[in-house]
Amino acid sequence: MDPNFLNDLALFANEIWIARYALLKGLGVTLSISALAILAGSVLGIGVALGLVYGPRVLRAVIRVYVDIVRGTPVLVLVLASYYIFSTVGLDLGPFQAGVLALAVFCSSHIGEIVRGALQAIPPGQAEAAKAIGLTFGQTFSSVLWPQALRQILPTWVNTAAEMVKASTLLSVIGVAELLLRTQEIISRNFLSLQFYFLAGFLYFLINFGIERLGKYVERKTAVPS
Amino acid sequence: MGYTLNFSAVWRSFDLLLGGLLLSLELAAAALAIGAVIGLAVAFALAGGPTPLRRAAGAYVTLIRNLPILVLILFTYFALPQLGVRIDKIQSFVLTLAIYSGAYLAEVFRAGLLSVPRGVKEAGLAIGLTPMQIRTSLILPLMLRNVLPSLSSTLISLFKDTSLAAAIAVPELTFEARKINVESFRVIEVWMVTSALYVATCAVLAALMRALERRLAIPK
Amino acid sequence: MNKPLLEIKGLRKWYGAVEVLKGVDCTMAQGEVISIIGSSGSGKTTMLRCINMLEEFQDGQILLDGEAIGYEEHPSGRRRKSEKEVARQRALTGMAFQQFNLFPHMSAAQNVMLGLVKVKKMGRDEARTLAEQWLGRVGLAARADHYPGQLSGGQQQRVAIARAIAMNPKLMLFDEVTSALDPELVGEVLQVIKGLAAEGMSMLLVTHEMRFAYEVSSRVIFMNKGVIGEEGDPKEMFVRPRTERLAEFLKTSSFQ
Repeated sequence: MDPNFLNDLALFANEIWIARYALLKGLGVTLSISALAILAGSVLGIGVALGLVYGPRVLRAVIRVYVDIVRGTPVLVLVLASYYIFSTVGLDLGPFQAGVLALAVFCSSHIGEIVRGALQAIPPGQAEAAKAIGLTFGQTFSSVLWPQALRQILPTWVNTAAEMVKASTLLSVIGVAELLLRTQEIISRNFLSLQFYFLAGFLYFLINFGIERLGKYVERKTAVPS
Repeated sequence: MGYTLNFSAVWRSFDLLLGGLLLSLELAAAALAIGAVIGLAVAFALAGGPTPLRRAAGAYVTLIRNLPILVLILFTYFALPQLGVRIDKIQSFVLTLAIYSGAYLAEVFRAGLLSVPRGVKEAGLAIGLTPMQIRTSLILPLMLRNVLPSLSSTLISLFKDTSLAAAIAVPELTFEARKINVESFRVIEVWMVTSALYVATCAVLAALMRALERRLAIPK
Repeated sequence: MNKPLLEIKGLRKWYGAVEVLKGVDCTMAQGEVISIIGSSGSGKTTMLRCINMLEEFQDGQILLDGEAIGYEEHPSGRRRKSEKEVARQRALTGMAFQQFNLFPHMSAAQNVMLGLVKVKKMGRDEARTLAEQWLGRVGLAARADHYPGQLSGGQQQRVAIARAIAMNPKLMLFDEVTSALDPELVGEVLQVIKGLAAEGMSMLLVTHEMRFAYEVSSRVIFMNKGVIGEEGDPKEMFVRPRTERLAEFLKTSSFQ
């Protein structure tokens, strides 16, 4: 093997070792951002879907505008807007919170559409049958409609988590020290941009590939036996 | 909170925003042109290529789909020069977005290819068309019609992804917006107008795609 | 003796480990109309599809007008001809399919024109004239600019036949062309085929229409489990089957 290559490899390994804490911390922040965004985004998104499907007309129209604006705006613009606007109006959120909020809003529009689709795909006969046996709307939703929708949603939901991991990199632009920003800081010290961007890409790939696998597993598990 | 909306600073810089939007559209169009060629080639490989080619195509799609595009953009822009490749930031961005969108377009096109009935291909063979003629005269036109709805959303995603060029200081819409934001402090106004420009452009793109769909619809 | 139009010698085909054609031999003269009958899975459609290489075959030979279809012998063994050569040979035969397989994005005339322009390298105007001529022959002159989605099944099948015939093939192959049609539309398609037979077109038809096979064919081939079980004049065969298999098949089919 080329001795130069081995040399480079040893140098790279050494630099990784020096940067190990920075990388791990960045990874931790990336995972925290993603987890918070998907959780908050899901709660918000389910609200969006319920409003779109069962809400009164005015509420439906308002939510529709919200969803269309969020979906028509690049995530980076959401992140930047959230970061700059909150500090302007005197709500000092800090880049982490502002960024997570932006991702949660982005996530909610996605989840909202997915859940809406799943709820509307349930044949109307289901709700009628539940009403016929005397269930209230709350009971109908929680024991008849939601379980059916959930089966449809889960695989896509898992994939949305991967989207959040990818979108979390945008927070590097507003100075959140997640994996990508840590990587850039490391590169500014050792100038190994090729190697360290490659490493970052590799780590993101591992996380997302794992999530994708999980999604496929969930898809198999949630398939209704027939 | 005492903040009153005042758009005058934004209107004064509106030309900058429009110029940025124009560049965004150009970036998207260039990336789409290259990405569509990549996507088409990969889709044909995925749908019926020889095994090694199919594997390579599948690996490309899986790899790209699981990578954040910002990492790819920075990698191409900062790491490639380390390998001696010299390209400017716009070329670098377009190339990255093309490779990125190529993977998503490949999946769209592959689904389209699978939706073309086998009988159409057989009928083409039976009248003596070569496989290449069948691809260009029968499979592509039918596939394209089938994928228009999902192509529309991929196109809109691609357009929104051009905002990431701001990260390497390409003066497209998001970059200009941020500049005006920092210079004028009319923060809310800038982002409202910027978001409105993106939303409106997406709506126009969607409408154009729907018009194209209607135009190409096969009479029934 | 006249050179036969089609000669099939020892044709064998496997799908994986399953042998579907187990050595088929048959010859066909110019102008003959041969119906191939048999139960599903007997290999009749597969045999037809081997003739224009829509199916590959592993052993045996198909000669069309003396020309070996699809494969050529080499000192090192049998080799598939080039894609271009196979395409040229496919144009020597015409085929009509059970599911019509019209090109959905093209009008009836464009369906007919495509092969003329792309394969025969004909000018568009000439191709258009010829297409209209053939659409007229199948009774669809007024529908030339309709799209397949705007035509009934019977009309689509007639366009498909016009598309094949317009290429001026040496031999027409019909693969259960009426099976997917509503009963009231079968007649118009059979009428077109009868007309072609009367003009001396050489035809091979895989069919379930026993009455039609009886009336129109000069010869009938009964396929059974991958081989030819019996063949002969339909007037003779349908009335006095020589094998038990054919007798049984005729009993279960709709003839009489």
